[in-house]
Formats: sequence, C-alpha cells, structure tokens
Amino acid sequence: MAELSPSAAAFKGPRIPRGAIFDPWFRWLCASAATLLLASLGWIMVSLFIGGLPAFRKFGFHFITSVTWNPVTEDYGAAGPIVGTLVTGALSLAMALPLAMGIAVFLVEFCPKIIARPIAVAVELLAGIPSIVYGMWGLFVFAPFFALHVQTPLMMALPAGTFWGDIFQGIPNGANIFTASVILAIMILPYMAAVFRELFLTVPPQLRESAFALGSTPLETVTKVVMPFVSRGTIGVIMLGLGRALGETMAVTFIIGNTHAFPKSLFDSGSTIASTIANEFAEATSEMHTSALLALGLVLFVITFTVLAIARGLLSSQRYQ
Amino acid sequence: MTKNSGRVARRKVYNVVFVACCGVATIIAIGALVLILISLLQKGVPGLDANLFLSDTKSSCGDDTSCVPGGLRNAFVGSAMMLAAAMLMSISVGMLAGTWLSEYGGETRYGHLIRFLNDVLLSAPSILVGVAVWELLVKPFGGFSGWAGAVALAALAAPVVTRTTEDILAMQASSLREAGSALGTPKWQVVRKIVWRAAGGGLLTGALLAFARISGETAPLLFTALGNNFFSLDMNHPMASVPAVIFNDAENAFPDLVQIAWAGALVMSLVVLAVNVIGRILAREPRRS
Repeated sequence: MAELSPSAAAFKGPRIPRGAIFDPWFRWLCASAATLLLASLGWIMVSLFIGGLPAFRKFGFHFITSVTWNPVTEDYGAAGPIVGTLVTGALSLAMALPLAMGIAVFLVEFCPKIIARPIAVAVELLAGIPSIVYGMWGLFVFAPFFALHVQTPLMMALPAGTFWGDIFQGIPNGANIFTASVILAIMILPYMAAVFRELFLTVPPQLRESAFALGSTPLETVTKVVMPFVSRGTIGVIMLGLGRALGETMAVTFIIGNTHAFPKSLFDSGSTIASTIANEFAEATSEMHTSALLALGLVLFVITFTVLAIARGLLSSQRYQ
Repeated sequence: MTKNSGRVARRKVYNVVFVACCGVATIIAIGALVLILISLLQKGVPGLDANLFLSDTKSSCGDDTSCVPGGLRNAFVGSAMMLAAAMLMSISVGMLAGTWLSEYGGETRYGHLIRFLNDVLLSAPSILVGVAVWELLVKPFGGFSGWAGAVALAALAAPVVTRTTEDILAMQASSLREAGSALGTPKWQVVRKIVWRAAGGGLLTGALLAFARISGETAPLLFTALGNNFFSLDMNHPMASVPAVIFNDAENAFPDLVQIAWAGALVMSLVVLAVNVIGRILAREPRRS
C-alpha cells in the first residue's frame, strides 16, 4: 500500500472532495426538471378546465348530449364529435388488434431470425411517418380508391332501407368515419405490434418449450400458453392503442369529412374532438366558441388520460419496461 | 386410431391457417408502408426542384402558366429554428429528469408518480398540448409566436428524452458508479463524467427519436406558431413551418399548391425516416461490442 499512496502531505487538503458543494444543487436541478414534466401535464388539465368552464357553466349536460354545434347562434352541443371520437377509436382498434397480434406472433414465433429484425424495423418505421402524411395519403390515394372500389359497389348491392343498406349509406367520396378508422388503424398498428412483441418475449422459454414437448402445435402454444401469460398486458396494449387513436388529429381531420352532425352510418361523414379543435380553434369567432372548444379538449383529455392510465397500470404490472 | 389421426390432421390444418394469417397480417403492415412510400415518391418527386428550397410560400398561380409557383424556404427555415429551440429545451429538461429518475428519486413514491405521468404524457394527444401552450404563451402575450411553437414541440419531445435517458442510464453498470464514488468523486461528477459519458450513444439515440417524433407534428403548431407567408427569423412573431404549410396547401383546390404540399411531405418524411434509422443503428452498436 505504501508505494501506492502519495506522501501524507497530500491528505492535508480539505476532507470534503472538491465540487461536492454542488451535489445538492445538481440533485435539485434534476428533481425540478422531473417536476416540470408533472407541471406540464397539470397545466394541460388546468388550462383546459379554466378555459372550458364558461361553456360548461352555460350548457351543462346539454354540452355532452346535444348534437347542435352552431357558432352563429352560440349553441354548442358536442355529442357528434364525442361519438365520432369513440366510434373511430373503437373501429380502428377492432381492425388493428388482430393485425398487431398477428405481426407480433409472426415475428416472435414463426419468422426466421434473419428477416425478423428488418421486418420489425419496417413496421416501426410505419410509426415514424408523420400523421399529416397519413392524412394526405388517405385523402388523395386511399379515399378515392375506397369510394370507387368498395363504397360504390357496396351501396349498389345493398338496397336502401334495409339494415345493411342503412349502415353503409353515405356520400361516395371516401371521406367518412370508416376510412378515417382504417387510416387510424394503420397508424396505431406499429405501436401495438411493437408492445405485443416485447410482451411475447417476456414469456419464459421453458413455458413455451414444455407446451411444445407435450405435442402442442404453435397455434395451441400461442393461444393456450403465451396469451394467458400476457393477458393483463394485452389489455394494456389495447388501451394504449385506443389512447393513441382517440387523440390522433391531423390524419383524421383530412379524411373524416368534418361535419358536426351525429353520424348516421359507417359511411357518413363526421368529426372527432381533435379534428374539431384543429379546424376551428384558430378561427374561433367568439369567447364562447373558444370556451366550447376548450371544454371539448377537456373531455378528450379526461377520456385519453383514463385510457392511458389504465394501459400503463396494466403494462407495468406485467413488468413490461 | 383413425379418429385420432383425423384430430391430428385437423390440428395441423388449423395451425397452418393460423401461421398463414399471421404472415398475412405482417404483409399488410409492410404493404401499407410500401404503398405510402410509393405514393409519396410518385407525387412528391415532380415537385422537387431548387425553387422549393429557394423561394417562399405564396398563394396559388391559378391558371397563369407564366407565373412561378412558390416554394417552402420560409417553412424549412421556420421549422428548423423551432425544432432546434425545442430540442435544446427538451434535451435539457428530459436528460435531467431522466437522470433524476435513474440516479436519485426513481424509487420514491414521487418518482413512481413522475414516471407514470411521463408515460401518459408520451401518448397524450398533441393537439391538447398545442391548446395548453396557446393558453400559456399566446393568449396572455397577445399573439402567435415561434417561441410558443417551440415550447409546444418541446413539451412533446421531453417525455421521449426522459424515458430513453432513464432506460439507458439504468442499463449502465453500477460498478462504474461505485468506482467513481470510491475515488471520492462527488455524485454529480460521477453522473456527469462517468454515467453520462458511458451512456453517450444511447442518449444521442433518445434525442434523435425525440426529434423524429416532433419534426412531423402539425397539430400543436396550428395555434402556437400559426404560420407566416414571408421569410422570418424572428421567433417573437408568427412563424411558418413545413407541416402547417402542408396542411394549408393540401386541402386546397389549386393543383400547384397541392404539388408543393406533396413535395414538402416527401422531404419531411425522408428526414424523419432517415433520423429514425440512424437512431436505431446507433442504439444497436453498443450491444455488439
């Protein structure tokens, strides 16, 4: 030891290491940065609440139940956008969920290792495409195609007045609730597939191997061993996808048709909360109009916050990191 | 035995159908990506010329064939300035917050709360962030501004940086920290000079992913930076951005404006995808060594 340590003179310096006085400062700086995140979420809620208060006060429950949204007469009822948001969210989820599960199962269970990585990256790149590009693609490419090759034939085949005829009724221009849901489904698909994939990878290999050893086919292994193991996480992924779909703005604004009426059929134009805010907020004509839009924002915030909170709660209980 | 072999055959058929369905799902996703990229190239490439980068946005030419259509110079510059400001803000806040979660208070009750809310903020609707920043910076100060746009983008990027920073720092070996502390280094120096440095590549990846996340964002800019048809470097005033111009031009009836919107969308998507790919390559390197 003696040759390693310098002479005793070196120890005459201060006992506290140099710079140690900044320790609490740095800790405090980090803590305040973390608190800033909390504050920003809090501010979103508070600002929407304060801004929306006049509208809530004036309209009360009428705001949620009425379908009249009329800036001229200052009468605001948001049932149309609220239902539009929930319907597009549910539809897109119904389309994206089986696809996302299929992709995750394929990548984890069946895909050769060499191409699994490129495919996973390609699917994740789908998540990287900006929302507005999805909107343009939906408006200029998908909607015309859909109107010509799906919507028109369906409407010709189904007589008006019957149940199915009513469901698929609408103006054949491709800008409707259904196409908006399809675009939303493509957008949330990569997020859901990525989380599913990570969930499936948390299943202990022993479980999977014992299922195979008992003679299970891959299908039986997935449905009877893997799925039950990640069941809580599965609901988490569903909620995560739903949260994304509910709050998505630009793509929906392009393609949903933007009418405030209560949607009557799948192929009817409609609006969501986010698309209504995006379209009207910058040009809001009066204090009450702005307030009604902020109140609408608060409704969206409460819905998405609840959904995302459930998602995170379930996913972290799966010990998914 | 025939009954049994029939069951085996049925199970095998179900299994083949299932594998095929999973494959089809993957093909659908890849197909969507390819279709979107093809449309972008088909419609965007004809609009790619020097004019796009050298002249500012203007209203449509209409039927006048002699007039030169506008470009996106002001929008590119505005986007770049707001993104740079937003990244500076979000990296400072996100790195410090992620460091706090990983090195200091992550296991306290408050730490769990922050982590949870940060995860919610990660997927929060971007349009609500725009509205909240409007209430904070536009309404009280009497006007739209580039700074308001930058703050809105920063609020969207900071949770991404926080999350990746925490994940990366948590992956660093604790022996590194112990070695530093054993030498008598104050903790903040251990964090800065040892942990951050060891995590370098991963931190960069987090920043790149955050950049990719916000560079295509439109909704939060609509009521914060608004837009500006003229070239401007003043962030105290309304500022043009590529996504906002695309939004305005694409829903327009004039073909020349729609063409510019496609060209802008192509450039923007290529930048975002390139940054995404670079970020992923950087993230993969440490695992190999």
